Amino acid sequence: MSAAVTTPSQPARPSQPERLVRVRRSTRSSYVGLAVSVVLIVTLAIGPFAFLTKGNQQNLVTLFIYIILGTMWNLLAGYAGMVSIGQQAFIGIGAYGIVYAADILGVGLLVAIPLALVISGVIAYLVSFLAFRLSGGYFAIGTWVIAEVIKLVTTQMQSLGAGSGISLSVFKGYKPEIRIATIYWIALAAVVVSVVVTYLLLRSRLGTGFTAVRDDATAASTLGVNVTLSKRIVWVVSAMGCGLAGVLLAMSTLNVQPDSVFSIKYTAFMIFIVVIGGIGTIEGPILGAVVFFALEQWLGNIGVWYLVILGAVAIGMVLFAPKGLWGLISRGGRLQLFPTGLRLVTPLPATLSDPPPGTPPTPDTEDV
Amino acid sequence: MEWGNAVVQGLLLGGLYALLAAGLSLMFGVMRLVNLAHGALAIVAAYLGLILVQKTGMPPFASIIVVIPLMAALGWLLQSTLLNRALTQQALAPILVTFGLAVIIQNALLEVFTADNKSIQIGDLAGASIQLTPDIAIGVFPLITFVVGVLVIAALQQYLARTTTGRAMRATSDDREAATLMGINHRRINSLATAIALGIVGLAGVFIGMRTQFNPYSGDVFLIFAFEAVIIGGLGSLWGTLAGGMILGISQAVGAQAFPSSGVLLGHLVFLAVLAFRPTGLFPKVVNG
Repeated sequence: MSAAVTTPSQPARPSQPERLVRVRRSTRSSYVGLAVSVVLIVTLAIGPFAFLTKGNQQNLVTLFIYIILGTMWNLLAGYAGMVSIGQQAFIGIGAYGIVYAADILGVGLLVAIPLALVISGVIAYLVSFLAFRLSGGYFAIGTWVIAEVIKLVTTQMQSLGAGSGISLSVFKGYKPEIRIATIYWIALAAVVVSVVVTYLLLRSRLGTGFTAVRDDATAASTLGVNVTLSKRIVWVVSAMGCGLAGVLLAMSTLNVQPDSVFSIKYTAFMIFIVVIGGIGTIEGPILGAVVFFALEQWLGNIGVWYLVILGAVAIGMVLFAPKGLWGLISRGGRLQLFPTGLRLVTPLPATLSDPPPGTPPTPDTEDV
Repeated sequence: MEWGNAVVQGLLLGGLYALLAAGLSLMFGVMRLVNLAHGALAIVAAYLGLILVQKTGMPPFASIIVVIPLMAALGWLLQSTLLNRALTQQALAPILVTFGLAVIIQNALLEVFTADNKSIQIGDLAGASIQLTPDIAIGVFPLITFVVGVLVIAALQQYLARTTTGRAMRATSDDREAATLMGINHRRINSLATAIALGIVGLAGVFIGMRTQFNPYSGDVFLIFAFEAVIIGGLGSLWGTLAGGMILGISQAVGAQAFPSSGVLLGHLVFLAVLAFRPTGLFPKVVNG
């Protein structure tokens, strides 16, 4: 039986029929997961004082960017069923947004970062009215066209450096170790915020709606879920998350070039991260980002063949292990670090739960 | 005048876009699969044509006769090994698999052929033109491309309308389960559709190679253009796709005339305008009862 059951709950009393079925969200593994996460985050936060070199910190910023990107793409595809290959639009907008807000407007970083995210969100909201006219694979290419248009328009804007790009100078005057540590802490905070916001969003009433929309949009709408609104909210949140990744990208390179920040390669990375890690779970993209980052460090020196290998691995995962690595590790979803669903803890009444002899025992916990 | 010239050039360019879009349209029509590797596969065909012309000294147009069956065979293979399996999985699988395929093809081409621009030399034909009026000249090669595009669309239309397998494809498109009950093997029909689609892509790819310079990344823009032609024309209508390709071609050519270097952007904007105001496309298929 699963380790997920923590409460040997009281037998349900027939006099209180409303208590016949009790559900809970957290499991032992999720409490352990929370504790480990807190320890890990605290350790990472004190890292620059203790054991992380400047190079380590810069590498970790890249990893954090991958985690954010994977989480945001997964939110779209894994929870709302929207495959976008145009998320690089919002990475670029975030990157240009931080340059615009921090350097051109000259507001402080604490205002500039949220401002860059708001710009990403507003543009995402506006283009959703075009993109949502398409669905499935055509939606995917449509988002790509929109990303291309945004890139082409950006390259026409002289104030943003046109085709040759613009550098981010807000960190001028910082000592290198201070600058690198500051960016590292911002990136760490950004990852935590992204994952927590995604988690809270998914366990809200809205999140249940998204999952219903992904599984069957027609059925969800007959049950009162506002399908278009749900999709639009996911789309905007995901765009803001990608914008945040763009902000971090601009900070880590200190230079924003249209061909680089609007590159579809980031979408390829997101897809690999999510597919390899496990689509439709919060843990999957985090694991996927770590694996992807490790593969990149390890295979990066064999040139573009590593993208060929990654593409083949991703296709293999989609066809043969659609739940990704996390699906293999979590034993079909029993192990959850970030539980979003509810689980049944009280056995169902005898008439419902007793399996006929000879059938395999039903699991005593179940996502509902 | 120059504007008239731009319109004519754009119109002819539309034939090439329609050729590219026809394969995309066919695969979507038969199995609701959007092939994100479509552009990358067209570039594979362009490289195949280039190798044949360079290594065997074959005339460029003769290479088409070899490339088409090769690409069709590749299509059959892809469909029967990967894509039919992807279609039985969750809804996102086909999109993810074809995207992965595009990444594989693009990077493998990059490794083998480098990022250098290549083109298939067609000699004097490249510069030949017919002077229509003192201001408007039609390039002979673009005209050939256009005529081939129209002929292929017409042939495909006739094939779908009049042959037994064509009818089976339309039946599979309308209702796969009912078609299966009538004895149609939908997996075979899918493979056949992909083989035809990639055969047409092979033709389009060699024409791209003869018309412009290409490199491993060129597939991206051609996928986008083909998709725009399909949506502008309206889903499910091959003649609409041809018209969509021509509208896109004219927009790009006229755009480039007005704002050099912004032709592609203007094409995208026309596409977005159609999406905003006529989301079913300009020439949607009329569905009866």
